[in-house]
Amino acid sequence: MSGTTTLPTHRDEAWRYSDIAAVKAAWPLPDAEAILVPANGHFARTIVQDSGAIHQLDIAIGKGATATVHVLNIGGNYGRVELNVTLHEGADFKLGAVQIGGDTQNLEIVTTVTHAEPGATSSQMVRSVLAGTATGTYLGKVAVARDAQATDSEQSVKAMLLDRSATANAKPELEIYADDVKCAHGCAIGELDPMGLFYLQARGLTPADAKKLMLQAFVAGVFEGAADAEMLTSRALEKLEELV
Amino acid sequence: MLQITNLHATVADKPILKGLTLSLNAGEIHAIMGPNGAGKSTLGYVLSGRPGYEVTEGSVTFNGEDLLGMEPHERAAAGLFLGFQYPVEIPGVSNVQFLREALNAQRKQRGEDPLSGAEFLKVARAQADAMGMDMDMLKRPVNVGFSGGEKKRNEMVQMGIIDPALAILDETDSGLDIDALRVVGDGINRIMRKPDKAVLLITHYQRLLDYVKPDFVHVLADGRITRTGGAELALELEEHGYAEIAA
Repeated sequence: MSGTTTLPTHRDEAWRYSDIAAVKAAWPLPDAEAILVPANGHFARTIVQDSGAIHQLDIAIGKGATATVHVLNIGGNYGRVELNVTLHEGADFKLGAVQIGGDTQNLEIVTTVTHAEPGATSSQMVRSVLAGTATGTYLGKVAVARDAQATDSEQSVKAMLLDRSATANAKPELEIYADDVKCAHGCAIGELDPMGLFYLQARGLTPADAKKLMLQAFVAGVFEGAADAEMLTSRALEKLEELV
Repeated sequence: MLQITNLHATVADKPILKGLTLSLNAGEIHAIMGPNGAGKSTLGYVLSGRPGYEVTEGSVTFNGEDLLGMEPHERAAAGLFLGFQYPVEIPGVSNVQFLREALNAQRKQRGEDPLSGAEFLKVARAQADAMGMDMDMLKRPVNVGFSGGEKKRNEMVQMGIIDPALAILDETDSGLDIDALRVVGDGINRIMRKPDKAVLLITHYQRLLDYVKPDFVHVLADGRITRTGGAELALELEEHGYAEIAA
């Protein structure tokens, strides 16, 4: 993860599906941006990855503090957003992420959320839409330390494939050392419902608009509550429009 | 308005329609009745262009145009409406948003100006009111969590908003209680019983025809029309069953 000193290979779990050639071209990576949210503080960040960049953030969330990150991962041939989050007592972390890729794009989001102390809550909601021969990956690790009782963690990961040639990788990973813990995770990879598409077209929508409307619904909700929700949604729609 | 000639169609290579001929004129309401598996729903899907329903022979013209050469959304813009037997649930898409986009897409195809949000809401509210449907429901995701009756009511609200020239209603009466049946029947009459419109009612039962009186009743059996009569034919079917009449 952050602090990596040697060029990763596909044998490194966190880089298993990465475009290593692109990583090599960007090597050495700058230090991850370190963010400390003080006790009872609030932090929010929006990351739009639209240029084929690697973003790495280390976020430590103090006692009773909150952090919210919204990600839109859409640009460049290889784009990666990596978050390494540590929660202290009673802290809260929320991630809402959408990645949309077409052609030969390889987009990934990798999170490690560590519940270091008791009573912290975290949620990750990730939606990927992939067309062409694009690859979209979400690796989401949740680690709960031995004393981090009353942890509540939730993960919802869904991917929609618009072409059979596209690839979605999704890997939830739980590492739990405490015993009073609630960790819910759900993962689904699918295609647009053909009957739904026909229904919309039978009412007059063109095939492209019908797809767009269903995809819009698929990513809706991820950016709810974000300060930039409107910008994120309209950028996501623009990108979807290119794919349908 | 609609001329179906010697229509043959297959689903997954299985022949379902086997030489169906039927003609609808403006101002007419036709009912198609028939046993399970006769091809009633297939006819609705073939006419509206559902993928996987292959026409192997015959022709269909709609107001003189080749209907089978059109995409589903082009058929809608040309004035054809299919009321679904099982209206589809579409999570996350609000009824209002979907219907406004659908109506404006149709208007655009016809070279008409789109309706503004306010204009559209006025039309939508009037139709929802007429069907006894709450506006809040119209703002909810399309058919999600609706009861069977509410879904059928929603189909009628959609039909009222879209205001088609030809409605093909596939078992719009199934799953309705008596009160809902009357509301839906009244809706069909109010929206579609006009000199420039036509309706093809696909149904198993006579009971909807108590509310929507057909000009013609056809029996569909084994992929073709085996009998045609007036409204009294439906009563006869109800009394004697399909086996006797359709043969």
